Amino acid sequence: MPRGYDVLKHPDGGKPPATSGENVRQLIIIGSGPAGYTAAIYAARANLAPLVIASSVEAGGELMNTTEVENFPGFPEGVQGPDLMTKMQEQAEKFGAEIVYDDVVNLDLAGATKTVTLGSGRVEESDALIFATGSAYRRIGIEGEDRLSGRGVSWCATCDGFFFRERTIAVVGGGDSAMEEATFLTRFASKVYVIHRRGELRASKIMQERAFANEKIEFVWNSEVVDVLGEDAVTGVVLESTVDGTRSELALDGLFVAIGNDPRTHLVHDKLDLTPEGTIWVDGRSSRTSVRGVFAAGDVIDPTYRQAVTAAGSGTVAALDAEHFLAALGEAGAPEVDADEIGGRPEADRASAA
Amino acid sequence: MTAKATTSATWDQDVLQAKGPVLVDFWAEWCGPCRMVAPVLDQIQSENPDKITILKLNVDENPDLAMKYQITSIPAMKVFDGGEVKTTIIGAKPKFALEQDLAAFIG
Repeated sequence: MPRGYDVLKHPDGGKPPATSGENVRQLIIIGSGPAGYTAAIYAARANLAPLVIASSVEAGGELMNTTEVENFPGFPEGVQGPDLMTKMQEQAEKFGAEIVYDDVVNLDLAGATKTVTLGSGRVEESDALIFATGSAYRRIGIEGEDRLSGRGVSWCATCDGFFFRERTIAVVGGGDSAMEEATFLTRFASKVYVIHRRGELRASKIMQERAFANEKIEFVWNSEVVDVLGEDAVTGVVLESTVDGTRSELALDGLFVAIGNDPRTHLVHDKLDLTPEGTIWVDGRSSRTSVRGVFAAGDVIDPTYRQAVTAAGSGTVAALDAEHFLAALGEAGAPEVDADEIGGRPEADRASAA
Repeated sequence: MTAKATTSATWDQDVLQAKGPVLVDFWAEWCGPCRMVAPVLDQIQSENPDKITILKLNVDENPDLAMKYQITSIPAMKVFDGGEVKTTIIGAKPKFALEQDLAAFIG
């Protein structure tokens, strides 16, 4: 349906249309971590009245499962992860972002108008889209892990640590999040093993030192978990040495997996170009993806840094890129869709931006 | 209509002797995913007032019941019927997924 730029503005104050059709929004943001909410703050202040699809149960993202955040600038006393995310959400809403607590079940990025279908069946359309879905906990990938998930196997120390008072548990992993979880879990557990497949940690110095200094933490080096034991609850794990392949059993009441995260890209696998690391490909330092009008920000584009602050900065980049894109659309009027253009290769994008 | 609270003191009456299925949401203040699933459960309760009763049990205040039902991860939702656990759902899920899990009771 041909239409002009004027219908992009919302005479009804940004109220969502019941179904698709007439009301095409300017911007939809998928994700509600630091990247999604920061993009929403910038876009809302630019009067783009963004719609944020925040997820039904994971709104606020990864920081909702953390406790003290000590490295977010501006909080010398530290800030609780959930409090920080609530503040970001309030800041976005203050400037006119609309937040919906639902999940995206389908995305159509092929045309000039992007279509987003939610779990409730609601359909939303927009000219520009920011994809900021973050990452999901990585699984070890062994049989007992799924079977005993929630029955002693956990990915969230702050959620489940409480239930392991005076118990013996293990954390798998060697990064910052593994050290943080192990240290946190010593509040409850009588003993916390840290199982790592290498002989040294990749965690930051400060986190390593904290873990090394903790009397309840014992390191199990050069070992991989190859099986989780137990019928209805975890009773132990089978370890395999990464040095000589010998196997041993370790009796445990709980196993916390902290071996990293994978970018959450399942919604766009066949729609956006990905990098060899599995993140969404973006053009240089911009947030432009391989599809015109679709921008990406935060952990879903970042295989390296993955911090709340870098995600927030990345969200800013996406909002500014989307704003420029929409402004250009406004000047030229909404272009008729050309099938050749649907792929929206970044070369074309660069050319039009130049 | 929001889910009401139950405690160790009222457990027998609220849950075990209740008529019809009762979903108990084991939760705590410090549990981020619990905060997210709570409004979803309230919605499911509002939409199915005659089919299921949804109650919340604070595991900090009622550790005996958390222990008895071997809760090691929250949110944990257990559906009781006739005093027995019929279904256990672990972890926060979107509304449509919870509705699928509860189809036997609210379908």
